[in-house]
Amino acid sequence: MSTGNMNLTLKVWRQKNNKAKGNLVDYKMSEISPDMSFLEMFDVLNEQLINKGEEPIVFDHDCREGICGACSMYINGRPHGPKEGITTCQLHMRSFQDGDTIVVEPWRAKAFPVIKDLAVDRTAFDRIIAAGGFISVNTGNAQDANALPIPKFQADSAFEAAACIGCGACVATCKNASAMLFTSAKISQLAQLPQGQPERYRRVQSMVAQMDAEGFGNCTNTGACEAECPKGISLENIARMNRDFYSAKFVSEEEV
Amino acid sequence: MNANIPEGELTGKWTKLRSSMPLVNPANKRSIEIIIVGSGLAGASAASTLAEMGYKVKCFCFQDSPRRAHSIAAQGGINAAKNYQNDGDSVYRLFYDTIKGGDYRAREANVHRLAEVSANIIDQCVAQGVPLAREYGGLLDNRSFGGTQVQRTFYAAGQTGQQLLLGAYSALERQIGMGKVEMFTRHEMLEVVVIEGKARGIIARNLITGELERHFGHAVLLGTGGYGNVFYLSTNAMGSNVTAAWKAHKKGAYFGNPCFTQIHPTCIPVSGDHQSKLTLMSESLRNDGRIWVPKKKDDQRKATDIPEEERDYYLERRYPAFGNLVPRDVASRAAKERCDAGYGVGQSKLAVYLDFTANTERYGRIEATKHNIHNPDRETCMRLGRDVIKEKYGNLFDMYKQITGEDPYELPMRIYPAVHYTMGGLWVDYNLMTTVPGLYALGEANFSDHGANRLGASALMQGLADGYFVIPYTIGAYLSKELATKPIPLDHPAFVEAEASVRGILEHFLSVKGTKSVDFFHKRLGKIMWEKCGMARNAEGLTSAIAEIQALRKEFWQDVRVPGEMNEFNPELEKAGRVADFIELGELMCMDALQRNESCGGHFREEYQTEEGEALRDDENYAFVSAWEYKDDVKFELHKEQLKFENIKIAQRSYK
Amino acid sequence: MASFGNAFSSSIGKKLIMGITGLFLILFLIVHCFINALIFVNDGGLTFNIGAHFMATNWLIRASEVILMVGLLLHIIQGLRLTFQNQAARPEKYAVYDGKANSKWYSRSMGLLGTLLLIFLIVHLSNFWVVSRFTGIPTEDANGHEDLFAVMKETFQNVWLVVLYVLAMGSLLYHLLHGFASAFQTLGWNHKKYTPLIKAIGVWYSIIIAVVFAAMPIAMYAGFIN
Repeated sequence: MSTGNMNLTLKVWRQKNNKAKGNLVDYKMSEISPDMSFLEMFDVLNEQLINKGEEPIVFDHDCREGICGACSMYINGRPHGPKEGITTCQLHMRSFQDGDTIVVEPWRAKAFPVIKDLAVDRTAFDRIIAAGGFISVNTGNAQDANALPIPKFQADSAFEAAACIGCGACVATCKNASAMLFTSAKISQLAQLPQGQPERYRRVQSMVAQMDAEGFGNCTNTGACEAECPKGISLENIARMNRDFYSAKFVSEEEV
Repeated sequence: MNANIPEGELTGKWTKLRSSMPLVNPANKRSIEIIIVGSGLAGASAASTLAEMGYKVKCFCFQDSPRRAHSIAAQGGINAAKNYQNDGDSVYRLFYDTIKGGDYRAREANVHRLAEVSANIIDQCVAQGVPLAREYGGLLDNRSFGGTQVQRTFYAAGQTGQQLLLGAYSALERQIGMGKVEMFTRHEMLEVVVIEGKARGIIARNLITGELERHFGHAVLLGTGGYGNVFYLSTNAMGSNVTAAWKAHKKGAYFGNPCFTQIHPTCIPVSGDHQSKLTLMSESLRNDGRIWVPKKKDDQRKATDIPEEERDYYLERRYPAFGNLVPRDVASRAAKERCDAGYGVGQSKLAVYLDFTANTERYGRIEATKHNIHNPDRETCMRLGRDVIKEKYGNLFDMYKQITGEDPYELPMRIYPAVHYTMGGLWVDYNLMTTVPGLYALGEANFSDHGANRLGASALMQGLADGYFVIPYTIGAYLSKELATKPIPLDHPAFVEAEASVRGILEHFLSVKGTKSVDFFHKRLGKIMWEKCGMARNAEGLTSAIAEIQALRKEFWQDVRVPGEMNEFNPELEKAGRVADFIELGELMCMDALQRNESCGGHFREEYQTEEGEALRDDENYAFVSAWEYKDDVKFELHKEQLKFENIKIAQRSYK
Repeated sequence: MASFGNAFSSSIGKKLIMGITGLFLILFLIVHCFINALIFVNDGGLTFNIGAHFMATNWLIRASEVILMVGLLLHIIQGLRLTFQNQAARPEKYAVYDGKANSKWYSRSMGLLGTLLLIFLIVHLSNFWVVSRFTGIPTEDANGHEDLFAVMKETFQNVWLVVLYVLAMGSLLYHLLHGFASAFQTLGWNHKKYTPLIKAIGVWYSIIIAVVFAAMPIAMYAGFIN
């Protein structure tokens, strides 16, 4: 192990499985290098636990470059830790001080049940997308890509909404565990593109209905989701979703 | 080896085959079940398309959502022969560039098909709402990538893979919502079930409950990605693994060109032993970044203090025609050559500079003109140019700063090559079928299109081509003969036996109770592979690597420590199975590298190089695909598929 | 026949009700504040009583009062329901929750602020509304109008009531600081060009309303107004 000079106290949520009761367990870490990523620090801890014959801590992670959306730790009261615009895997130990105590918990929401330790079940997000987060175009039906010019401003705005990585930090940090930022990002991406128009009002209704069915809370516009989103997804998307929802319910004659 | 390449003119092969392929009528499709393992670009696009066509599809991924497949991490772009830039691009040119880029070790017919369908991919993705970058006129924008002289790369900032995958994912979720695809997340395939010589299903482990499940399918498709993690440190995701492909290999699927590994030239250098993965800096950066090292050995000065005339822009010097945009293998080797010669920079001396100053200034000058500033000073140019650079690469610069703690707007980036992609994979015929009937491999999991080196922005193209446009047609040839096959009951002896063997292996890992963690062995394997089967290889090193890996394998099976239990969520147990397979694969990679007595693409044998240090191919003796057959007890037998070049004149690859 | 489906019962629908009733209450507060501010004319309440008389007798105002009451009730009931539902969406709480890192405390405390306002409202309504509508105002002013001003003056001789009113206006200030812009966001009125303006107006509105209202009991208790 390359050693550093940081000593830390970790308080990590341990929970055997979905049914068991969990609790915070203390771990002392020493000689941590500031160049390590937060997850690499967990790798070191797990290696130590294995060597001691204890069970390593389960946490979700995969790409370790901030794009897959798998990592999901609630660190010192904030999703993905103290820095803005990054995921946990992009958080480095240089963002902490020697001697710090760091509390690490799983995402907490009724719709995100804990599976084990820090890993939670986020399949609710998949079901929201399955309810309507797509354009119904079968393979082989497409016209030439340039047959449909899209203003750059609009395409860029759709892209910004599409940058969502589905990590669930918005739900985790929202005091109401609301999934509006996630849901609205997909709705807003497709609503801003000409390809998305045919299903625009069906989509918003079915996705919102699924979101509600999953047991997420309601939005109270605190803006915490936007502030904590590692990809900077904007609250504007929620407003856009709301507009489309009203149009769908009160203007459109179609019933979904 | 019969690759089942259709007869006729190269340009007409695919069209003809497509129109003459046997079809399965809609009523029959409903009773045919297809298993797809993997939900990345290849897996998700195949699953959604086959479900749209009416087949019953089961899709498996080990991640918690299909959206997290590693295709998501691809940054730079996707190639397509659209010729939107009117710069002389064509299907033929994309085909030619890919064959040449692959150092003449790919199949002509496959690559031509890839070039043909490339344009359809862009159309399909745009129709799905993938927000690719556009110009002010509303039309799609392109950029250039290594190994080409046209602009044919479509992109979505530095997140092209993400956007394309989310497109395929949404198509997949649509089918899941309609009940036409049954999705199994957090499931890992651990065995292929072969009955009477045909792939008939899989054994998968539910990673949460730990239960082993049996699944029947008329055909099994693997879109399980590459095996770069055999090197432990790579740009691949932590979970990326070879297990599915390796289990298929052990059940009779030949493994093609295992030693063809792509080392990507622009990655953030290793900073310490704690490192768990390497981060890629998109190849698109080479559009505007100039690569250099100091002319003086062991120069301690800060990069910005080294004057222009004391810098060696070695790519521009060695390859004036392509400059910084030479293909990846060439750029990687050149960086290694400079560092080995003692010109490396940074603390480890294993890094070169990627410098944006010149182009920042150039962009600044253009901006100044736009703003009617005449004769701007350098500072103004840099300030204005910085905004342009930020717009183009902002997220990559931020990522670099986050990881290294250095500001790339102030100092040039330090980069070094890292394992990125594996051109090798399961051997497949023109129909993407492996040597096991009914078992297919798609995307990076197969070996088919990139030869010995893949060009940038071609992986996304291949994954989606295979899934959206190739397999939906070619699978008909097999399935049309399977209409009479009824679903095989899951208590068939082959299923029982397969499950028992999987259980046996997992129970073994848990029972060893050794002294070393799985990662310990993985790191050791990675070190052997990187040192002896990495960017440069030689017979002596490979021979010793084989012996070391064999010893490591023995030690692993006797001394690994896997905590926890079988019937629970146990990531260490998952890793143990994957590393066991990596160790066996590592040995095969070294064997393959050892038998290929030539240098080509990503495979550089030090014994075979020109006087200028360029790769020296041996077309007379090695113009073949090595297809390895697994024999019992980790023994392998080599088969050869001779490559015929009828449309391209095979030549020494030159980017000078 | 097509129906509105879950237009109001969905999460967005519930918020829509909060937003619309909230904006209605915001409008009401402007009127209420303006009329009450007539006490600052300092003419012994004559002008104020004219305003109060108008409010009490104009049929349009009386009709809107019914809507106001319904709106207020909806706002309260829906607010409480939302609060409980949102609590239920996270059954297991965090051990450490650093809310201040990403949002304003008052935006996270609308339920609490609203409840404080509800308690205040009960006192407030029993002080004035019940008197003017039901039990009757005992005296008349020089113009022959019911002397609501006198009731006010008498009420605000009680120092505890003055303190309660001032504190309640503090709650109102923060409730509005979040509520004003939030209502626009909920209604989907978010626009790169106008949203900053809406937010600025919201801040000024909240401050002015709360300060002017709070000034009334203070001024009366201190005897600045006779």
